Parts: sequence; structure tokens; C-alpha cells
Amino acid sequence: MAEELRIVLRNYGKIDPLKIDDYIAQGGYKALEKARTMDPKALIEEVKKSNLRGRGGAGFNCGQKWSFAYQAPGDEKYVVCNADEGEPGTYKDRLIMENDPHTLLEGMAICAYAIGAKKGYIYCRGEYPHVTKILKTAISQAKEKGVLGDFDIEVRMGAGAYVCGEETALIESLEGKRGEPRFKPPYPPSEGLWGKPTIVNNVETLANIPVIVEKGAEWFASIGVPSYPGTKVVTLTGDVNNRTFFEVPTNTTIREVIYKLGGGIPGGKKFKAVQIGGTSGAFIPESNLDTPIAFDNMAAIGATLGSGAVFVLDETRQIVDTVSQITKFFEHESCGKCAPCREGTARSAEIMEKINAGLGSQKDLNLLQKLGRVMSYSCLCGLGQAAMIPALSTIEHFRADYEAKFV
Amino acid sequence: MINLTIDGVKVSVPQGSTILQAAAQAGIRIPTLCWHPDQAIKANCRICVCEVEGNRLLQAACSTPVTEGMVVKTKTPKVIEARTMILQLLLSNHPQDCLNCIRNGNCELQDLAAEYFIRENPFELKTRGYELDRSTPSIVRDQNKCVLCRRCIDACSVTQSVYALGLENRGAAAMVVPTMGEQLIESPCVMCGQCIHACPVGAIYENEQIDELLDAIADPDKIVVTQIAPAVRVALSEEIGMATGELPMEVLVAGLRQVGFDYVLHTNFTADLTIIEEGNELLKRLNEGGVLPMFTSCSPGWINFCETFYPDLLDHLSTCKSPQQMFGALVKTYWADKMNIDPSKIYSVSIMPCTAKKYEASRPEMCDSGYRDVDLVLTTREVGRLFRMSGVDFSKLAPSQFDPWMGKYTGAGVIFGATGGVMEAALRTVYEVVTKEELKDINFTAVRGMEGIKEAEVDLKGTVVKVAVAHGLSNARKLMDLVRDGKCDYHFIEIMACPGGCIGGGGQPITKANVKRAERIEAIYVEDEKMPIRKSHENPEVKTLYDEFLHEPLGHKSHELLHTHYTPKNKKYL
Repeated sequence: MAEELRIVLRNYGKIDPLKIDDYIAQGGYKALEKARTMDPKALIEEVKKSNLRGRGGAGFNCGQKWSFAYQAPGDEKYVVCNADEGEPGTYKDRLIMENDPHTLLEGMAICAYAIGAKKGYIYCRGEYPHVTKILKTAISQAKEKGVLGDFDIEVRMGAGAYVCGEETALIESLEGKRGEPRFKPPYPPSEGLWGKPTIVNNVETLANIPVIVEKGAEWFASIGVPSYPGTKVVTLTGDVNNRTFFEVPTNTTIREVIYKLGGGIPGGKKFKAVQIGGTSGAFIPESNLDTPIAFDNMAAIGATLGSGAVFVLDETRQIVDTVSQITKFFEHESCGKCAPCREGTARSAEIMEKINAGLGSQKDLNLLQKLGRVMSYSCLCGLGQAAMIPALSTIEHFRADYEAKFV
Repeated sequence: MINLTIDGVKVSVPQGSTILQAAAQAGIRIPTLCWHPDQAIKANCRICVCEVEGNRLLQAACSTPVTEGMVVKTKTPKVIEARTMILQLLLSNHPQDCLNCIRNGNCELQDLAAEYFIRENPFELKTRGYELDRSTPSIVRDQNKCVLCRRCIDACSVTQSVYALGLENRGAAAMVVPTMGEQLIESPCVMCGQCIHACPVGAIYENEQIDELLDAIADPDKIVVTQIAPAVRVALSEEIGMATGELPMEVLVAGLRQVGFDYVLHTNFTADLTIIEEGNELLKRLNEGGVLPMFTSCSPGWINFCETFYPDLLDHLSTCKSPQQMFGALVKTYWADKMNIDPSKIYSVSIMPCTAKKYEASRPEMCDSGYRDVDLVLTTREVGRLFRMSGVDFSKLAPSQFDPWMGKYTGAGVIFGATGGVMEAALRTVYEVVTKEELKDINFTAVRGMEGIKEAEVDLKGTVVKVAVAHGLSNARKLMDLVRDGKCDYHFIEIMACPGGCIGGGGQPITKANVKRAERIEAIYVEDEKMPIRKSHENPEVKTLYDEFLHEPLGHKSHELLHTHYTPKNKKYL
């Protein structure tokens, strides 16, 4: 246990990402070749059976998602790679794209074959201009080699909006509109880009595909936690000795990530909390550290796996101050489309600032909780629904920290 | 059919229905704010959220399609808590000045706050401090009241294809702004005012000028003369608590006199006059190889649209001024002379269903009488307020007749208020002028109704005239693109900027749904049917005007007073 297992990062450091031949020498594009000998339905069934679940945060069964797009009637379908890695403290997708861009292209091409798409887009985070260069080089090499067949991939850049990581906001942005989520249903597999059936998959999800096709669903399904098999790339930040990344099987626990791989907390300080999954993740107390970093296991403790960011706080950190900063982040990143998120994120930032400044009371905390609850089930998209999780989880687990700030 | 249960009521609705539609069928009202009956679903206000069994998240009723066996609960504590808090959030940046607000008593947010008995707000009131945009003579925008429902953007972009409004910034700083965040006057806004109808609150409204009227009435040196547009009466009835079209014309005239107007005349008179001038212009173009198709020119929102987006097609526009401006030019010349009144003392007020009319009256060229032809334009809504303030009791008023020389009108003038009306009125006259025969059936029903684009052909005894009618500027745009590309062979096209024509104008009582527009259209044709004279060329006062003053259609005097020219509007960002 607590050992790295590299699937999506299997070629990390082994190949020159700018050389397609390096990738091919490692067996690259063989899976695509194999996939193309399969019946698309059987291929989708295989992906479904692997129980690969979306690595972007929503954890939806990938093969099932593909089957919706496959079944959706439409003359044109699209594969969109969500590379808008805007979650603070997360850089797993960048690692994959920087070091092994072809595994992403291969994953997309397999998906395209499965659902019947001829066109793909990679929506790359605006802050990753160097990554788009790598991707474009890889695409032109793949085209030159002819490995992609008649599947065309285009790279598009985001413009810095966090919400564009939400798949329908991403689609709106791709269409040249304001980056704002759409209401669902309809879901993208039936009506996505330009209203056509569209698969939006995260980079890490797609990077798993070639390996699943190559080694089979059973092999993949046997790794990690059965309900969320495979590996997860985690990126460690905050008060931890090894502030780096690891790819681990999903049955690895948070404690193992922090203390074994992460090397524990620097300076002999005590652990306070860990926020997993990105800015909207829950803050997890010591008592829950033996939870595996798998989707349902995290949900069971009221947390989320999200992007796999692991943000560690030692005993000296001010939880209330940290959460106050987070609420400001969401106030800034709310797109403004739906009323509860637009107004709610602004109000929560205001109340948190008041409490953090020592001017708050129990009444403010109660209001914050009620606001968080309402936002969690009435906002239009995941941003607003999750924006208050940090506040709610810290009020639950670290209430004394808030009370200490009261007037 | 899909079967579901809403609040325990079993209901069966067609596939593709939303929860909101199913609930309506079940007799359960779900509150809405961003939802609009004639617009695309937005699902952004979240007021309509409901519980759907099996879902952790509340579902927006407006956007969620029903599924077989669905169990919906619309008023659980969870739902009520969410709706209440969303309202409190919306109210927490909303100016708490309902008493002073132009939409007091007619505001969807105010209604919701009342329904959910919002007595207090746990959030601190923080208004946004935006400056009001009063850059146009027609429309005022107050973004402090905006609830970001985006209905105005939909009206401007989808219904009108003007695209003057868009969104700027994000989060709580998001706001609806004219093009590039500049003032409305810099944008391609055509001042049609459809955004006003779309707005659920007081964030967009007409430039209110009732005070100017009151000053004029109080001024002993001013003789206040008014004209009422064809579409006003049917809708004004709604403003004073009557059914659409219920207020009799003679009682309205009496009411206007009671408010203090010295003389009450009718725009319908110049509507009839327009038909004579425009009909003859059409015949002239047909006979002399003029530019065709000819476009009507009564709707100032449409004129603005043509000058902005189709400056290359301005030669197609009839040179006839709108009835309002024909009236303005005549009241201070012909009428003043007839009445032996010093024209410099005349204060000419028009009562219009239209916000763009305020702009039209202010156009620099509109002073052919030697004075400002129309001094003040009040919308139907403003006149409704005037009546309420004045305490006019219409149930007790003795009917009164219009004043002479410019107060008589025909059914043809009446139907100017509805889409297709100008066309029908013109056809009634053109047919008889050309064929010298009496029309057997004067009802050209093909050009009536709410369909966006209507077509008809009329055989003028050998000459077939092809006509088209569009209302709502997105429909106008479709026709204009055909004309621009030379892909149609129409001779005459009627365009009205507003959906339904003037009865749906930007100055009419707030009209959320097109069904209301259809109702007003019906009332217009009822009035037409009742008129003893229904053809413009039979209007006795119009005959007198020609006999004694104009002498002939398109003659020297007409050109001086009744015709105009158009100028391309070189708007930025187009």
C-alpha cells in the first residue's frame, strides 16, 4: 500500500513529449488501432465495464456517458477534452499534457471512434499557453503520421474563468459565448456543442482510455476501490513535506497520501485539516484521514474527491481566515447567471469577512449555514452548489475556531 | 402522454412539457421571475425550484422536463426556505423605494416579496450605486433595480434582433449594459421599448414627462391640443381597470377634457391622411418605375432600425411622415388657421403607444410648421397615471365628441394600431382609386393576426400588387434581407417595430404575453367593424383638408408638411 501506480502518467519522464515516435515506441496508438477493430458498441461496453469514472470531479461512469452520445441521433458529434484545469492547487492535467500529450489524443480518438465523432476540441486553460504549444505540436505530428485517421482535433484556449471547467460553460465558451453554465437536462451527450451530441471528458479520464483498451476492463476494474477503480493523480500543497504529485490506486487513504507519500507535516507541527478536491472541497479533520481517496468513500464523509488536490493545513493555520479567502474566490468566480450563486457568493464573502474580522456572532454563523444549505441545492451549476462546502464543513468540524472569533 | 404527480395531484401532460407547464395544468401556480411566456427558458432566477423525488438538488420547474412517474412537491419547507432566501438575496441589493418606483403595484419582484411575506431581510441592504442612463429621449435604464433575469436582452436580441443589450462583468458585478458598456444612445437601440415590457421590475422604463404636460396645462398662455394614436384606447382601458377595449372613445375624449386638454383631436385623422399620401406615393412608384418595394414609415422604431441596419434601403421607405408628425405639422398650420388660433400658443401633445415616438418628435427635422411640430409625447402608461392622479371617474363621464377639422376618422385609421392595419387600410383605398370600383369585401384578413410575416396579393383589375407585412424587428430583418438580396418581388411592405403592431408598443400597459397583444388586436377590429366609414378616402375632414389646404396628394403643400427624408445612423460597433 501507499505506493505509486502510474497509469495516466505511465510515460512521464520516459519519453520526449514532443516526439511522437517516442510515444509509439512505448506502444502508443496501439490501443487506438485495437479499438478500431472493435465494434463501437463493444468498445463502449468495455469502457463501461472498466468502471472508469470521470476524473474531473463528477465521477460519472465514462462508458455510460459515451453510450448516451452513441445512442443520440445526430449527423455530427463532438469529443471535447476538458483541460481547463482551473482548480487551485491542481496540476494533474498539465502534467499529462506536458509530458505525454499523445495519450490524451489517443484517448480522444478512441472516444471519437466509439461515439462516431469526427471532430474534437481540447479546451485548454488560459494560463497554460505553453501547453497549447505542446498539444498543437502533438496534433500536427499525429496528423502527419496519419494515426488519427479522419478525426480532427483543435486546441482552444480559455480566458481565465474558473466556471468554464463546468462542462456546459465550457461548451458555451467554445461556441464563442459568455462562459456560463446551461441548465440541464439536456445533458451534453444528447445536446452539447452547437446542440450536437458531445462528450466532455477530463484530461485524466481520457488518458486512462488507451490503457483500458490495451489491458482490458477487468484489469482496470481490479485496481483500487471497486466502486471507483484505477488510480488518481493527487497534487499536494500546503503544510506537507513533499509538495509534489503522486499517482496512486484509489484505495490509498488520505493519511497515506499525507504521511507516507507526502512525508508528513514539516517542522514537527500537528495536523489541523486537509482540503481535498480543490477550492470547493470539504475540510477534513484528523478523524476522517483513513478514508480512501475514492469518490463514494469521500462522499460518505461529506467530502468530495474533486480534482484530487490535497491542501494540508497544520495547527498554526487560521481556518476561518482560509475559508474567508475561499469565499472571496467564489465571489470573484461566480459567473453571475443564477441568482443564488451571484448574490449568495457575494454575501457569504461579506459575512465571512465580518466573522474573520472579529465582528461576527452566532447569528452570522447561522445565516451562513442557511445560505450554504440553500445554495447547495438551488444553484444552477456545481460552482454555486459547492461554493459553500468549505464554510459548511469547517463550521461542522472546526466550530470552535469560528466561536473564538465572535465579538 | 406523461403521467406525474404534483403536490399529490395526478396530472397527464404531453412529452416534453416542463414541470411548470404540468403544474399549471394541475392548477398549481409555481412562482417565476426570469420565466417569460414568449421567450426561451433561462432558469437563472431559481425562484421556481421544486422538490423532485429522488433528487438531492431542487429542480427549476421552468426548465425541467417531466418524466413518467415523477413526483414533484412545490411547497415543502425546503422549497419555501430556498425561495424565501433567494428573494431575500435579490432584495438585499434592490433599492427599497417601492413607493417611488414607476413599477409600484406592477412589479413581479414586489409581488413575490408579498407572496412570500418577506418582512425582514437577514442580509444587509447594499444597493449598487449605478448611475441612471437617461441618454435617450425615450427610455431610462436603472441598473440598480435590475434582477439580471435577462428578459430585456432576449427581447432586444431575439424578438427585435437589435442586440443593443448584453452582459458585462460577472458574479455580483454582472450587469446588463448597452453595446460595449456605453450609454444607450451610443448603442444600436431603436427605442422600441420592448425591453420595458420584458422587465419584471423598474429597471427599464419610459422617459416620464407627465410634469411637462401639467406645466403646460397650468400655463394660461398655452393652448394644449392633443392627438390620440389608434392603438391607445383599447389598451388604456386596461390602465384604468377596464377590460381591453372597453373604454368608449367618447368617454375617453371626455376624460381628456376633464384632465385639462383644451382641444382633443385624433391621430386616426392623420392615419387616414397617411393612406391618401402613401397610397398615391405607391401608385406613383408603380407607374413611374420608382424604387420598390415601398416600405411603410409610420413606426419610428422601424425607421430607426432601417436607418441603423439597412441604410442602403432608405430609398424604399415611403417619404410620408408618420401620422403623429403629419398631425404635428398640420395642427400648427391648417388647424390653427381653421380655428383662428395663434400657432405659437399651441402646445401639441400626442398620446402614443410608443416610446420611439418621443424620439421621433425630437428629431431636428420635425419642425416644418415653423415650430416644434409635436411638443410632447406621452405614452399610454403615462396617460393612465395622469387619469389616476386626476381622479377621473370614467363611469360618470358624459360622452364627448372630438373637436373639429382633425378629429374625424374611419375604420381604416383605427386599424393602424394593429399589425397589417396600415396595409389593409392602404389596400382599401388603393383598390378603389385605381379600379374606380367599390370594394365588395373590404376585410383583407390575410394581413391580419400575430403571424410574424404575412403576405397577400391584390388584383387591381389587371395589375397584381404583392404585399408583405412584418411585425417585430426580427421578422422585419428577414424581409429586409430578402429585399437587400433582391430575392422578393413585393411591391409594398408594412413594417411595425413592435410585436402585434402599435397595440404592443413600448408605451402600452406592461404586456408580458403575446396573448394580450392578440386580445388588443381583436378589440381594434371590433372598433373598425363598428365604424360607419371604413375607408380613408371617404373621411369627410380629410376631403376638406385637400379641398381647402393641400389641394392634391403629393402636392406642394404635402411635400412641405407631410413628407420627410431619412439619414443613415452611423452607429459605432456595427
